[in-house]
Amino acid sequence: MTDQTPATPAHGLVPEPVARPGRFGDFGGRYVPEALIPALEELDEARRKAMVDPEFLGELERLHRTYTGRPSIITEVPRFAEHAGGARIILKREDLNHTGSHKINNVLAQALLTKRMGKSRVIAETGAGQHGVATATAAALMGLECVIYMGKVDTERQALNVARMRMLGAEVRPVPTGSATLKDAINDALRDWVTNVEDTHYILGTVTGPHPFPEMVRDFHRIIGVEARAQVLDTAGRLPDAVIACVGGGSNAMGIFHRFLDDTDVRLIGVEAGGEGVEGGRHAARFAASSPGVLHGTFSYLMQDDDGQTLESHSISAGLDYPSVGPEHAHLRDTGRAEYRYATDEQAMKAFELLCRTEGIIPAIESAHALAGAIEVGRELGPDALLLVNLSGRGDKDMHTAAEYFGLIDGDAVPPGTADEPGAEGDGRTQL
Amino acid sequence: MSTATGTTGIGVSDVLARCREENRAALVGYLPVGFPTVEGSIAAMVAMVEAGVDIVEVGIPYSDPLMDGPVIAYAADQALKHGVRVGDVFTATRAVRDAGAPPLVMSYWNLILRHGPTAFATDLAAAGGAGIITPDLIPDEAGEWIAASDASGLDRVFLVAPSSTDERIASVTERCRGFVYAVSHMGVTGARTSMGDAASVIVSRTKAATDLPVCVGLGVSTGAQAAEVAAYADGVIVGSALVRCLTEAADLESGITVLRALVAELAEGVRSGR
Repeated sequence: MTDQTPATPAHGLVPEPVARPGRFGDFGGRYVPEALIPALEELDEARRKAMVDPEFLGELERLHRTYTGRPSIITEVPRFAEHAGGARIILKREDLNHTGSHKINNVLAQALLTKRMGKSRVIAETGAGQHGVATATAAALMGLECVIYMGKVDTERQALNVARMRMLGAEVRPVPTGSATLKDAINDALRDWVTNVEDTHYILGTVTGPHPFPEMVRDFHRIIGVEARAQVLDTAGRLPDAVIACVGGGSNAMGIFHRFLDDTDVRLIGVEAGGEGVEGGRHAARFAASSPGVLHGTFSYLMQDDDGQTLESHSISAGLDYPSVGPEHAHLRDTGRAEYRYATDEQAMKAFELLCRTEGIIPAIESAHALAGAIEVGRELGPDALLLVNLSGRGDKDMHTAAEYFGLIDGDAVPPGTADEPGAEGDGRTQL
Repeated sequence: MSTATGTTGIGVSDVLARCREENRAALVGYLPVGFPTVEGSIAAMVAMVEAGVDIVEVGIPYSDPLMDGPVIAYAADQALKHGVRVGDVFTATRAVRDAGAPPLVMSYWNLILRHGPTAFATDLAAAGGAGIITPDLIPDEAGEWIAASDASGLDRVFLVAPSSTDERIASVTERCRGFVYAVSHMGVTGARTSMGDAASVIVSRTKAATDLPVCVGLGVSTGAQAAEVAAYADGVIVGSALVRCLTEAADLESGITVLRALVAELAEGVRSGR
């Protein structure tokens, strides 16, 4: 893992000197077809009204209390922390939310907005499947028609989540084009939206896309940091020295960072996916090796070639496998308020295993990147440090990847249901 | 209505004015540079001009063409796999200009942003280009492009859609030059069996806001549809149907033969609509 020195902010690609809504410094904006602008303005107006409407806020609070399971708890992890320089480490347990990740925070709020806008159908993209499952869940709860776009590669590495979404009544459409991952799923979701915008809301799952999505999705996740800040103060009697979160699009990180923005003594540390290492190009460490550009409606850091064609990202974690990053992160990075590092696949899987073995918690591989960052930061800061880490999701969905990575399936075991002769169902040892 | 001529040669506005004098709509034909090869795509563009296209839309293949349906997305993907570069667009615009039609570039914004909007405008004007259609750049975000296109004398074509409010139509058309691109229906590029009423409604709403010519795109694939749209629009834009002539052909030569025939049919259509 390598510390990132901020590149020169003078990237020379500022479309216009701006002080407009939807911008974070130079980043953000609305780079989408004109046909979508009215829907974005309708959404912007609806969420502005909702955010000051006691009825909306009350309903969301009730859902979070009785359905999501909020407030999510915090858990101190001393046995894990022994491997992180002895620093004190506290996890914010978004993995314990209904559906298994932070994604439900945003989805329930956007589903409520969908109904307020009088729309009957929702669509969403998903990478790891966490956002797709959360969206399918909210759609089932609120009686909305639901279509999930998912890259074909991701449907294969997250097959269980595909089944979960279908079980919940959603239609899952595998996307075979391009790299057949998250970015291509977003392309197809945008194509669907521009065609069906009249009755359809696009529940974008992260803090990217055209305005107002980055701001709105952040606001719906802000509760993570609001709760965690109070919980850490209550438990430790002081603010943490650093708040650490993984960054794909960046929604869980913005959610936990935002309440701490004014606490200038608190370091905000985002951990990107270093994949197989930044040198070889097979990674998703946008801040380590990319430049500003436009993708999916927003101006931010982007993995692109000399012509501006999007490059394929790579990560063992489907949820971090995205070539761009939320524009507010780009702003926080360029202004120095937040710092970004990366963890390679190997470092993340090491942290994944460590949390399992020392604390009995199986994290999502996405969140394991934050844990890898915490090990490093803890070693840098030493035993007096207090670190808050966002455990954004649980690892049930990743067991297939983990089992393969760690060789957990016995050689002669045959997964249930694939046996073609009686008695060939293995010997009852580890199976998936 | 101002006219941008790029460097030398007839401008988009001149062509549209001439068509108006002839009491017909203009035919605007789209092909992406680089499919099946750079040379092949240029040969096809020149053939389109010879067969009756008035203005050529030269597309630049992009990795994430979210406004495009399967036909154009496929051609773009193939062109990128075969190594097409953004700079190849300038070879294509020069060839189209030499064939006698004004070339308008159709490009997603990041490709131009990466090249540098000012540099792109300068290079395009030098290569005989008439202007740029920007499907994912709205005027609100286009400050640098508006300045660059003014400096280089290039047309800039923004889009209006059936969902656009009257206020949006007014503010978009105010910053267009050359013509206004009216999207015929909500959706992505690709042939439609019926054009429906939405197209004529968006054209009349746009004409109420501006004196600029209004050209209609998305969905036209036959001479009959071209005639239908030509009855109320200043230009008919055809993309996917032309691209399909090349994607479905056994080889370039036979593809161009089919392409010429379709262009002739469409050219007849835009002349018989009124």
